[in-house]
Amino acid sequence: MYHNYDAVVIGGGGAGLMSAIQLSPKGSTAVLSKLHPMRSHTGAAQGGIGAALGNLEEDLWEWHMFDTVKGGDYLVDQDAAEIMAQDAIEAVYDLEHWGLPFDRTADGKIAQRPFGGHTRDYGKGIVRRACYAADRTGHMILQTLYQRAIRNRVDFFDEFQVVDICIEGGACHGVVAYEIATGELHTFRAKAVIVATGGFGRMFRVTSNAYSFTGDGQAMVYRKGLPLEDMEFFQFHPTGIRKMGILITEAVRGEGGILVNGQGERFMERYSPNLLDLAPRDVVSRAIHKEVLAGRGIDGKEYVHLDASHLGRDVVATKLPDIQDFCRTYLGIDPAVDPIPVEPTAHYAMGGIPTDVDGQVLADETNRPVPGFYAAGECACVSVHGANRLGSNSLLELMVFGRRAGRHMAEHIVQTDFLELKTGPEERMREELDRLLAGTGSENAAGLRKELREVMMNKVGVLREQKTLDEAVEAVRELKDRYRNVGLQDKGRTFNMELLVALELGYLLDLAEVTALSAAARHESRGAHTREDYPDRDDENWLKHTLAFRTDGGVTLKYKPVNVSFFEPKPRTY
Amino acid sequence: MDVKLRIKRFDPERDDKPHWQEYTVPAEPTDRVLDALLQIKGYQDGTLALRRSCAHGVCGSCAMRINHLNRLACKTLVKDVKQPIVIEPLKGLPVIKDLVVDMEPFFEKFRIVKPFLVNDETPPPTEWRQSIEERARFDDTTKCILCASCTTSCPSFWTNSEYLGPASLVQAHRFIFDTRDRAAAERLDILNAREGVWRCRTIFNCVEACPREINITKAIGQIKKALVYNRF
Ligand SMILES: Cc1cc2nc3c(=O)[nH]c(=O)nc-3n(C[C@H](O)[C@H](O)[C@H](O)COP(=O)(O)OP(=O)(O)OC[C@H]3O[C@@H](n4cnc5c(N)ncnc54)[C@H](O)[C@@H]3O)c2cc1C
Ligand code: SF4
Ligand code: FES
Repeated sequence: MYHNYDAVVIGGGGAGLMSAIQLSPKGSTAVLSKLHPMRSHTGAAQGGIGAALGNLEEDLWEWHMFDTVKGGDYLVDQDAAEIMAQDAIEAVYDLEHWGLPFDRTADGKIAQRPFGGHTRDYGKGIVRRACYAADRTGHMILQTLYQRAIRNRVDFFDEFQVVDICIEGGACHGVVAYEIATGELHTFRAKAVIVATGGFGRMFRVTSNAYSFTGDGQAMVYRKGLPLEDMEFFQFHPTGIRKMGILITEAVRGEGGILVNGQGERFMERYSPNLLDLAPRDVVSRAIHKEVLAGRGIDGKEYVHLDASHLGRDVVATKLPDIQDFCRTYLGIDPAVDPIPVEPTAHYAMGGIPTDVDGQVLADETNRPVPGFYAAGECACVSVHGANRLGSNSLLELMVFGRRAGRHMAEHIVQTDFLELKTGPEERMREELDRLLAGTGSENAAGLRKELREVMMNKVGVLREQKTLDEAVEAVRELKDRYRNVGLQDKGRTFNMELLVALELGYLLDLAEVTALSAAARHESRGAHTREDYPDRDDENWLKHTLAFRTDGGVTLKYKPVNVSFFEPKPRTY
Repeated sequence: MDVKLRIKRFDPERDDKPHWQEYTVPAEPTDRVLDALLQIKGYQDGTLALRRSCAHGVCGSCAMRINHLNRLACKTLVKDVKQPIVIEPLKGLPVIKDLVVDMEPFFEKFRIVKPFLVNDETPPPTEWRQSIEERARFDDTTKCILCASCTTSCPSFWTNSEYLGPASLVQAHRFIFDTRDRAAAERLDILNAREGVWRCRTIFNCVEACPREINITKAIGQIKKALVYNRF
């Protein structure tokens, strides 16, 4: 079936909805989402959205910008960080005006809490910058945006999974989507397309990410010969529930919770004397790993305790109700009384589809934009997070760059006409899907996925070295070979999730190869990329972004410079 | 340990009517029912259809009937339910396949109550002020994840599918009691109509079913009061 829209938005999470809200008054807009938008992973975000409102104490956007750059270990493009920190304030007020039920201060303003790495006066001490609604800030953002989009009469195509992006002659013309309920393929012709499909943490064994976080957008773009940027930088959040990976927000530490090792020590005193438990995530995750390796985990095991028992029942019940609920449900404990067993959990992709500050996808190391093609949110890399994202900056990125991209697209669609699509863009996809469906091979997709997650967790995790990274590349390539031989049981057309899960496994495998290979090539330690064999940051050789291209011979890596126009790289201590 | 599940299956491409199928899978007692279902899907029977995403009770995808009660599969632990674990799709919505129901009738009712902030005044340059107490009045109903557990456990909804249902009332409440909203009267009119709030017979199934522990009956009571006394 054919559809014509001025703009197509792939993904109904925070970034996608924000761009759709900008677009819908300007042209016909369709949001295609493989999940109902309200099921998007933005809804799982807990702790807060960063903006220097200064509602409780002095705060400046310049400080926020500095923290973002330093937090990202200077791999951040500083022009983008400047825009984000500055636009943050307006973006948060917009959300409030659209109805977002933020918690309130005593004088009725938006409440703010401390978050890791957010400081006053260029690092002098912690500042309260994260605006929040209890510990369900993401849920409230997603609801508010969805409500707004309904009000704006955006057209939603729920449970439509995009399986191909039409790029011809260097420009984007539309997408092909698979309707999950019926198995039908649809072609959407569009003047502008934005990818807002979220992250890919599902390639790791322990992760805070939803089942749907399989990097679809990144992989589809990569398969078109366009690059992926800085894929070696994947954030492990220090406090996931042991073994399950379910996130325990940084807000627990923001409200005063502390990390304790098996000997009862507040070990962050040794790693970050200044910011302690509120050091950036890479610092805290490494610290936990080192404690565990030194045998100082709880009972000598692979985890530590996050203790919030001194905060009082009131604070836990009113500011962290969902955390209390998770602990009760999955651990049978009450965080107001018992310490929470935690270990680092794969959480956030700093890397992704390279874009400029207007969300335009960039085709190469000269930053050449692809007309009509945009990306925003976790799948994109502008890059405001550099080598390590600060907490509360992702929700912010969705708002700021989702909005900028939407506005740029709105201009683009009035200036351009529909481009002719070659006939039958679905044909190729129909063939690929039919081939997968017909598969009677002996390999089981669930089993392959499990192996992949082990490999990535064990060899491309918090601490890395050449030998294991090279082994990971090999292991992933073997899995890719075996993947060709996947067999499916479900041959039907109605809600065939087995087919889609197999397709998604293919995406994860491609992205895992790029991640491991980019990591193996970067001979330095920076932010979340910690090399035991290259323990120092090396600005002379490595202050540059990685770009990974798919080529016939596998993956080709190129590099491009970082924008360091404001803050000169300095040693990073907290 | 081994877990036994009894699942109601229906594939419109093959079946005239639903049938039951039994499975046994290995699981830890602390595993989620969702883990057991995905174990089946991944290793025993790839044709089983269900929705899932977050796996920790915040996205609303995996609501289903578990031992005859509406539950989220990802928030129900194997050790807490009797075996064989009887799994069925939500009741009162058309089944697409197995445990997947068509949610559109549910979302249609959601849209009827104007689930968005209405206020066309020029906003202040910063935030609208709202006191902690004002904010607290609608806190409970902001937690809703639109999982449909409440509505599809409601006998009034089963007998009359036109009834707006508890979830829509929860959404209406969230805006009616927000000091920033200006459409309370309009929404109350909608809820006062034939298929609105008066269909609620205070049976409390919804409160039992809600995975977010929202006190739905209390919220509905406040709406009824607002209608009777014309105050909100
Ligand atoms: C547990 C958790 C807590 C977090 N807490 C915070 C926090 O407190 N503060 C903060 O700043 N950040 C936080 N983050 C990070 C932040 O929430 C995410 O990075 C962000 O929400 C991602 O938003 P998005 O719009 O890019 O993607 P999502 O919200 O995940 O949306 C992706 C959308 O794309 C759709 N999609 C995907 N593939 C396809 C396809 N092939 N076809 C069609 N549609 C597709 C999905 O259906 C979905 O609608 C947290 C993350 C997690 C996991
Ligand atoms: S009120 Fe509770 S049960 Fe009803 S839809 Fe919302 S979260 Fe689900
Ligand atoms: S999978 Fe999200 S609520 Fe169960």
